[in-house]
Amino acid sequence: MNKSIIELKNIVKSFGKQNVLKNINLNVQQGQIVGLIGPSGSGKSTIIKIALGMEVADKGTAEIFEAKMPNRKLLSKIGYMAQTDALYMTLTGFENLKFYAKMKGIKSSELQLQIDHVAEVVDLKDALNKRVEGYSGGMMRRLSLGIALLGNPKLLILDEPTVGIDPALRRKIWRELKRIKNNGQSILITTHVMDEAEQVDEVALILDGNVIALDSPKNLKRQYDVPSIEDVFLKAEGAE
Amino acid sequence: MRIIAITNRVLKELMRDKRTLALMFLAPILILVLMSFIFNNSGTTNVKVGTVGISHELNQNLNTIKHVKIHQYDSEKTAKIALKAEKTDAIIEKDGNNFNITYANTDATKTATTKMAFKNAVTVNNIKQLKKHLEQSNRALNELQTKLALVTKKSVKTKSMPATQASPKIKNHYVYGDANTSFFDKILPILMGFFVFFFVFLVSGMALLKERTSGTLDRLLATPVKRSEIVFGYMLSYGIIAILQTIVIVLVTIGLLGVEVVGNIGSIIVINLLLALVALAFGILLSTFAHSEFQMMQFIPIVIVPQVFFAGIIPLDTMADWVQKISYIIPLKYAGDAVSNIIMRGARLSALGGDIGVLLIFLVILTILNIVGLKRYRKV
Repeated sequence: MNKSIIELKNIVKSFGKQNVLKNINLNVQQGQIVGLIGPSGSGKSTIIKIALGMEVADKGTAEIFEAKMPNRKLLSKIGYMAQTDALYMTLTGFENLKFYAKMKGIKSSELQLQIDHVAEVVDLKDALNKRVEGYSGGMMRRLSLGIALLGNPKLLILDEPTVGIDPALRRKIWRELKRIKNNGQSILITTHVMDEAEQVDEVALILDGNVIALDSPKNLKRQYDVPSIEDVFLKAEGAE
Repeated sequence: MRIIAITNRVLKELMRDKRTLALMFLAPILILVLMSFIFNNSGTTNVKVGTVGISHELNQNLNTIKHVKIHQYDSEKTAKIALKAEKTDAIIEKDGNNFNITYANTDATKTATTKMAFKNAVTVNNIKQLKKHLEQSNRALNELQTKLALVTKKSVKTKSMPATQASPKIKNHYVYGDANTSFFDKILPILMGFFVFFFVFLVSGMALLKERTSGTLDRLLATPVKRSEIVFGYMLSYGIIAILQTIVIVLVTIGLLGVEVVGNIGSIIVINLLLALVALAFGILLSTFAHSEFQMMQFIPIVIVPQVFFAGIIPLDTMADWVQKISYIIPLKYAGDAVSNIIMRGARLSALGGDIGVLLIFLVILTILNIVGLKRYRKV
């Protein structure tokens, strides 16, 4: 079970004069959910971009599935969901799913099965033939998540997946994420919602381009001697 | 195939955007029809000329010239009042042996027409007088001959030319078109290319910009798709659109406007397809420098409008050398050149190697730049 899916070592990244990531070390094991938590602008999205190979680190190494990133072919094993919904508004939900499935290289024979499955998970079965421009914000978010789930990727990278989703569905999505994890798949997730941070296996607190804490929620709470992750976060930020 | 999937998606999006579709297919038709009205009617401006104290004959000659109407005035004063009130476009006044012509000159074509008309009238007048003199001398000659015949008592056949010899008739022959061929016919091939270039440039540039700002490009690049597959997918879809657009434009120009096409319509489509692909590559490239739709529009005056100037609508041979050299980097010039040759001289594609070659070079360079340029968004 101890296979490293994401391994970031001593990552440094600057955009112009702005030093966004100072020294990032992060590990995601197989069958693990790791949550990135930190204020906006702390560098969470940049970590994700480096893990995906969209950006290259100035220093340090980024490996996924024990292969060096950037690597285009590995992307077929990763399901990615960005902060923006990134949907084609004039196409229907079905057409969006089909297009991204083809881009991921899913075989035509599995296409319909995959689409049916993810539509079920994100609860969009009845809306698949409607154009996305007629969707509500929550529906778009769900469709976007559904696209990330296409093809049963071994690694899911989700950037704020539950923004704008109502509590009942949020719970459903978390149940699905746990099922995916129990399947042996790994998930890297960023979130603002602190009670979601309680659900992950490991929390990485990101502040000013550094990982200031990386441990299970339970250990972190004990270490900081506080009742919730939110307090851990506040205390860690204040202590810095 | 990912390229086909991207092509499918781009076309589907375009088909559902009815306004953009109408812009690409109806706007060129509307503009072409309007332009054909405007340019084809330019030859029929009517001018009214006021005359003061010129001979009856000259007046009559002027009046017989097409599109010229004569108003005779008794004095210079009344003529000038009429000119000021815009009742006439010019005054012709006899001053001793000379003529004074005053033009309102508010419309250059009217001034030119008047100038021409007066010159013609004077020439006709001179010829008539010459003829009269000739007739007189002929008559004198005849009389002399008959007298001579009487004296020598020999019948001499009068070889003299008939007094009223028919003046030579001028028959006009046109290599291309007919007497109605106008400026519009000359600029049409360039206009055709312009529409294809403009709309493909704008619509494709906007499409890629939207893909970037909405985050779909990032997400697309987070799949194992190749950067080249994205560029080729776009090329294929806009290539199809350009072919349809060219067919529509060609059918309108031939069917509705009655323009004669000497060469092969298929050749025209090939050239315009090539131009469209250049426009597409250009639009995609420039869209990466734009942060919003409005910034994309800002490329119109800097990129599109100069193309029109240098494409050959205005003859370049009279311009300064360095100005002419600019035209070498204008893709529209090569397409306009090639399509002009096809429409007016029936040139085959094999004879247009130079133009096609340059367009291909543009296309290859821009495409490579685009594929490499996408590295900005994904490093591999």
